[in-house]
Amino acid sequence: MRDVAVVGFAQRQLQDYDGSPQCAEMLVPLFAECYEQTGWSKRDIGFWCSGSSDYLAGRSFSFVSAIDAIGVLPPVNESHVEMDAAWALYEAWLKIQTGEVDTALVFGFGKASAGVLRRTLALQLDPYTMTPLWPDTVSIAALQARLGLDAGLWDEAAMAEVVNRSLTDAEKNEYAVRSGGSSVEELLKRPMYADPLRKHDAAPVTDGAAAIVLAAGDRAREVRDRPAWITGLAHMTDGLQLGTRDLTRSASAGRAAAAAGAAAGGLGDVEVAELHAPFSHQELILRAELGLGADTRINPSGGALGGNPMFTGGGIRIGEAARRIWDGSADKTLGHATSGPALQQNLVCVMSSEGANN
Amino acid sequence: MSRTLSAPVTVAFDYTRSVGPVLGRFLTGLRDATFVGARTSDGRVVVPPPEFDPVTHAATTDFVDLPDTGTVTSWTWVSEPVAGQPFDRPFAFALVTLDGADAPFLHAVDVTSPEQISTGMRVRARWAAERSGQMTDVVFEPADAPDTDAPARATADDPVTGIVTPVHLDYTYAASPEESAFFRGLAEGRILGQRCPTCQKVYVPPRPACPTDGVPTVEEVELSDTGTVTTFCIVNVPFLGQKIAPPYVSAYILLDGADIALQHLILDIPVEEIRMGLRVKAVWKPREEWGTTIENISHFAPTGDPDAAYETYQHHL
Repeated sequence: MRDVAVVGFAQRQLQDYDGSPQCAEMLVPLFAECYEQTGWSKRDIGFWCSGSSDYLAGRSFSFVSAIDAIGVLPPVNESHVEMDAAWALYEAWLKIQTGEVDTALVFGFGKASAGVLRRTLALQLDPYTMTPLWPDTVSIAALQARLGLDAGLWDEAAMAEVVNRSLTDAEKNEYAVRSGGSSVEELLKRPMYADPLRKHDAAPVTDGAAAIVLAAGDRAREVRDRPAWITGLAHMTDGLQLGTRDLTRSASAGRAAAAAGAAAGGLGDVEVAELHAPFSHQELILRAELGLGADTRINPSGGALGGNPMFTGGGIRIGEAARRIWDGSADKTLGHATSGPALQQNLVCVMSSEGANN
Repeated sequence: MSRTLSAPVTVAFDYTRSVGPVLGRFLTGLRDATFVGARTSDGRVVVPPPEFDPVTHAATTDFVDLPDTGTVTSWTWVSEPVAGQPFDRPFAFALVTLDGADAPFLHAVDVTSPEQISTGMRVRARWAAERSGQMTDVVFEPADAPDTDAPARATADDPVTGIVTPVHLDYTYAASPEESAFFRGLAEGRILGQRCPTCQKVYVPPRPACPTDGVPTVEEVELSDTGTVTTFCIVNVPFLGQKIAPPYVSAYILLDGADIALQHLILDIPVEEIRMGLRVKAVWKPREEWGTTIENISHFAPTGDPDAAYETYQHHL
């Protein structure tokens, strides 16, 4: 395996980005930030891979207009996934592993505020037995939350603790669209929205975009003193039918963590984990599935409850976790991304200050 | 005046699919007011039946008819329903485990307040009088609700082989500042483009970044409403929503001063006379009909001038 590192990261998160059909406009300044961080130009990028979906803002071929932001003469080596940018990162990492390229720029963008997000996401469900009922994402998460409450796996106070810690940490995140901790007692006094979820238990609808730069070996060392070497990377999925999964768990998150952890020498010594949990109880599920140590710092960025732009909410977790390696505040970090209803699909990316081959 | 323009956009289509033998059997059951589940390799009875076994991946063959009563395994209160859901007022979504089944499935329960539902509550199906073999043929209600007339079991002999799910999505299209300037220009009878500061090419409609150089385009350029046909298509095929009787011409028109062609209609010329290099001019609708739309230009029509030389547009094809 080649040593591949995260060496660049730029993001924007906004509650409602004015004057943009799909947020592709944000990409030009984000790419400029990536070039500034790396000292590269677009000619240094061997492979481009994006994550987006036309359904989000109702625009066909949206990824093509995003390519304008690259500037594609001469033509570029490019691909797209209809997934969060974290999965675009997986494809780019594989591309670098093949030896065809040494560098990649991964990006995602999405204007979640263009439609009714929780309704649009019903299109990711089984089209025969679920979509005809238009189950919204918040309702599905609420069904999951109650299963855990009824089983005694967590309680409302534990969910509120996740919210309070996340929104307190989000105060220090300049990109967060929701922040401001209070107390568990105050949070529990707020009204139910989708019983047993309160509005603060769900990530805010967020417009945004993000870009991540990957580089292999010496290309990474030329950019940063402490590249965030990817030492474990895996993604897994569970079945489509909610009824045949144990929704109080996320088996695919557990399998992805086991696979990534096996490559990265375990996850017990991860110092910082950025978990993509769009609902408060989902962080509790993920913490259990990933087998992190008791002193692992969770979501110092505030996590998805402070801002969750569709198609970059997961990629941003990887970027945030990489930054902790760059700045020397941690030697081993983890970024997680989820997609699909009720934690159906999960990706785990473990990063370290030391590559496997150095 | 706001910084940018916006407009509602609707994306709508009927998701139309054949369903195969397993889902077909389940949906035929719904039409006939019966739940059909299947036994999976781990011994569980699952409804709706999976097409393939989650463990062995073998095709599902062991079907089980189930009663239409069951238990609420989990529930949530939908305080703000969205379009298309089973009720247009607050209701409950629930995971319902049918009697005799080992796994729940998601459906709606007809209760009018969250106090009327709880985990473990007994529910029964309430079938629609008219059923077509879709999930919407049924909702659940508390088992102690007043019983309505039981529907006839079988309504047809032929199996259900497909579904049609209407998909209707409403969006707000938020035009970029560049697009907004273009559409506001049209409302004044002007066609505005933008020039790339790097390659000097003029784009119309203007876009936020030059696709060649990836830099923002900022300098506004007003363009002529006269130009040259670079390529064209004669539309012979009728389609839903077509406004002009075929055959007619849709063409790329390179406006004088622009580097990228604009797509529009060419009328006022027999379709067999359309050709590359034809010089055309915009035919504007009456001024009182103008809005912030490209439809202010009804179409383009020949100017009668000699055709443009190939060299004048060969780099814009």
